Amino acid sequence: MELDPLILARVQFAFTISFHIIFPAFTIGLSAWIATLLGISLWTGDPHYRDLAQFWTKIFAVSFAMGVVSGIVLTYQFGTNWSAFSLAAGNVIGPLIGLEVLTAFFLEASFLGIMLFGRDRVSPQLHFASAVLVAIGTAISAFWILSANSWMQYPAGHEVRDGIAYPVDWWQIIFSPTFHWRFVHMLIAAYITTGFVVLAVGARFWLKGKHLIEAETMMKMALGILVVLTPVQAVVGDFHGLNTLEHQPAKIAGMEAHWDGNHPAPLVLFAIPDEEAEMNRFELAIPKLGSLILKHDLNATFPGLKQFAPEDRPPVLPIFISFRVMVGIGLVMIALSVIGAFKWWRGHLFRPGWLMQIFAWTWPLGFIAVLAGWITTEIGRQPWVATGLMRTEDALSPVGGVAVLVSLVLFVLVYAVIFVSGGYYINRLLEKGPVRHIPKEDLRPTRPMAAAKDAGRIALSAGE
Amino acid sequence: MELDLPLIWAGIIGLAVILYVVLDGFDLGCGILFPFAKEERDRDQMMNSVAPFWDGNETWLILGGGGLWVAFPAAYAIIMPALYVPVIVMLLALIFRGVAFEFRWVAKPNHQAWDLAFWLGSTVAAFAQGVILGGMLHGIRTEDNAFAGGAFDWLSPFAIMCGLGVVAGYALLGATWLHMRVSGPLERRSADWARPLLLAMLAFILVVSVWTPLQYDRIAERWFSWPNLLYLSPVPVLTVVLAAVIWVGLDRRNAAAPFLGSVGLFILSFAGLAISNFPYLVPPDITIWDAAAAPASQMFLLVAVVILLPVVLGYTVFVYYTFRGRIGPGEGYH
Ligand code: HDD
Ligand code: HEM
Ligand code: HEM
Repeated sequence: MELDPLILARVQFAFTISFHIIFPAFTIGLSAWIATLLGISLWTGDPHYRDLAQFWTKIFAVSFAMGVVSGIVLTYQFGTNWSAFSLAAGNVIGPLIGLEVLTAFFLEASFLGIMLFGRDRVSPQLHFASAVLVAIGTAISAFWILSANSWMQYPAGHEVRDGIAYPVDWWQIIFSPTFHWRFVHMLIAAYITTGFVVLAVGARFWLKGKHLIEAETMMKMALGILVVLTPVQAVVGDFHGLNTLEHQPAKIAGMEAHWDGNHPAPLVLFAIPDEEAEMNRFELAIPKLGSLILKHDLNATFPGLKQFAPEDRPPVLPIFISFRVMVGIGLVMIALSVIGAFKWWRGHLFRPGWLMQIFAWTWPLGFIAVLAGWITTEIGRQPWVATGLMRTEDALSPVGGVAVLVSLVLFVLVYAVIFVSGGYYINRLLEKGPVRHIPKEDLRPTRPMAAAKDAGRIALSAGE
Repeated sequence: MELDLPLIWAGIIGLAVILYVVLDGFDLGCGILFPFAKEERDRDQMMNSVAPFWDGNETWLILGGGGLWVAFPAAYAIIMPALYVPVIVMLLALIFRGVAFEFRWVAKPNHQAWDLAFWLGSTVAAFAQGVILGGMLHGIRTEDNAFAGGAFDWLSPFAIMCGLGVVAGYALLGATWLHMRVSGPLERRSADWARPLLLAMLAFILVVSVWTPLQYDRIAERWFSWPNLLYLSPVPVLTVVLAAVIWVGLDRRNAAAPFLGSVGLFILSFAGLAISNFPYLVPPDITIWDAAAAPASQMFLLVAVVILLPVVLGYTVFVYYTFRGRIGPGEGYH
């Protein structure tokens, strides 16, 4: 049997990047959350915030390490598995990755050292500043990588000579037409993902009657941000969809399982799309609602799958499902945040009951939505690796199927070990909860006043 | 005036690679030496001495790989598939040693598995990097600017020897780093490790210096033709001087001299290899000019590098300065 390196390389890329995205989606938000806590602690002097920051910093350290090692794999994978693509698009998106390294990775990685280990070595102001810089670094990192990805979704600002893309206008390359919504949508997704983790951990502590002050702080801060961001995310997602309709109509047709573009589109709630027969089985749909959502007009039409040659259509079933998973979770998130915020406002958030129980289980929601969103985006781009420029089947490296298969198996095994251990350790850190920090006086001899003040504060809070 | 962009970019990538090799070299070296430190306290100390820096150090590897893609996409598209196996092995090894930094602390007291992961990860990554180097020196078969060989073309006795050489060299960097950065019994022990490692590194340098000109005519010609011979004669002399600096520094328990001497040895070896192979990026066929990206792309990122690299170097120095000083037994940041 002949091993097909194309399929294997695609599975390998999908697997490694899905693993990677889990960590940035969490650490982009988590670093911002830690920076906020350190800022509040600096501002108010309340040691609870500092302890809470310290608690989350440990979890951050473990997640960040997994994000970094899985990210390096991706950079090199462009060369190992997609060398034809690297050559064809290198002039254009290579510099974007280069800028990511120079503006983001060095910033994150350097100040990470101070953020994780510098608490007793630098002033609280500098410690806070390092956390802010790490948070900014993660967001810049998302900026460049999404810029590269958006260019692949809808290339702009380049010209093609002999199958190789040459840059013409950097501004258009960086801010390609689908970039803006994608960047905003992803950044908000990261903050939402972290928000639900913090909310769930707070609820768990509260239900166990442990670390009550910290639990309430976590839940309130998380709900405060979630009740704003979840509805905004739906609006942003809607604009993102309109943008996709304009630039990648075949993807939208696939996401909506919309076959016939001559009539206004229904909103398909459930169906099993059948690509052979070019129709939906077991369809449950609301007439014309699809057109209303995507064109903001009940009677408007937009292209259906039949208007695209079969070899230019994306696989319908996966993106139809993943898109529904993402939006479904988005709606559930809005409902949970609004109910939680409402109860908080009425003063009965902190009561045992079904809502608390549900909150305690919301931590995976963001991760699943992020993965589902990316599966939609990326599979929806097929059969192109860079839309209109290069097909995925032409992007492959000249490597044999066996090499790709063996490396794929190794990645799966190694990531399984790392993921299970990492998850176990994060869970253990969560179980332990925040602990009161005693500064090591001997390490900060230059700041006797601050040390004395801290000692006094600890004495005071111990007497509370 | 016309800028020779490919030449400038070769210089930048050379700088990134040498910074990577030296910086990640000493922390990988600490990992390679892990089994020689039997006690948990010593191992803690070794890990702590590099914990705040390793991520920044490893970022130079991304700049090296990313930079190669940006500036020389054609070379990137040849080298990566050609060295597929060692590259993947290196990445997998780096995964283990990277997560070990965090996992080992949170796993305590059951951290033995992560001790092993740290040691194996560091050692295998170093070995794979040496093999990659050897594979590139050996040359890559290309047709129409694409890799045209098999999955194991890189495998040769020479590449294996390069792998061992890099392991020894990194271990030397690690030992001299520890000699400079820890106090207590480990300081003395690191000096004991450093001496045989220095000899191993010198032996390796000698073998490569003899082997490569014998096997590759282009390299022999580069070194042994007149007047090159005259210009290049300081290279071996300097090597001997640096080796002496390291050895004497260890004897006199001078803190920094052995480490700086080892860094010097690495820079010198790198310079030697660069001299041997310039201007080939993928020997024996492809030069830096053949593989260069579009000038507009090289120029665009060059502007960014000129502005950003000093900033990056600035805060790298700042981080090293923040965590200056020796780490005593039982001290750490966790
Ligand atoms: C900078 C580029 C980039 C970014 C940010 C992403 N991807 Fe991607 N993805 C690719 C660049 C890419 C690629 C190199 O272009 C692939 C490889 C083969 C292909 O068709 O596209 C790809 C394929 C690919 C596939 C396989 C699609 C198919 O072959 O049918 C999946 C499921 C994902 N990706 C999932 C993701 C996820 C979960 C992401 C979240 C981070 C993500 N991608 C971000
Ligand atoms: C093909 C796609 C990708 C590549 C090649 C890539 C590459 C990398 C690399 C090399 C690192 C390690 C940096 C370091 O050493 O500090 C990294 C980490 C990171 N990446 Fe990615 N990445 C990709 C996708 C993404 C996406 C889609 C996002 C977010 C939207 C993202 C955000 C981050 C962040 C925030 C980090 C810091 C580490 C962490 O938070 O876990 N990356 N990535
Ligand atoms: C209910 C409201 C939501 C709507 C209408 C929506 C809509 C969309 C659309 C249209 C896309 C683009 C697919 C393409 O590229 O063509 C997308 C992608 C994505 N969505 Fe959502 N989404 C919603 C909620 C969420 C939530 C709650 C999250 C995560 C917490 C999320 C995460 C993502 C991600 C990570 C992507 C891929 C990146 C991107 O293309 O932006 N979405 N979404």
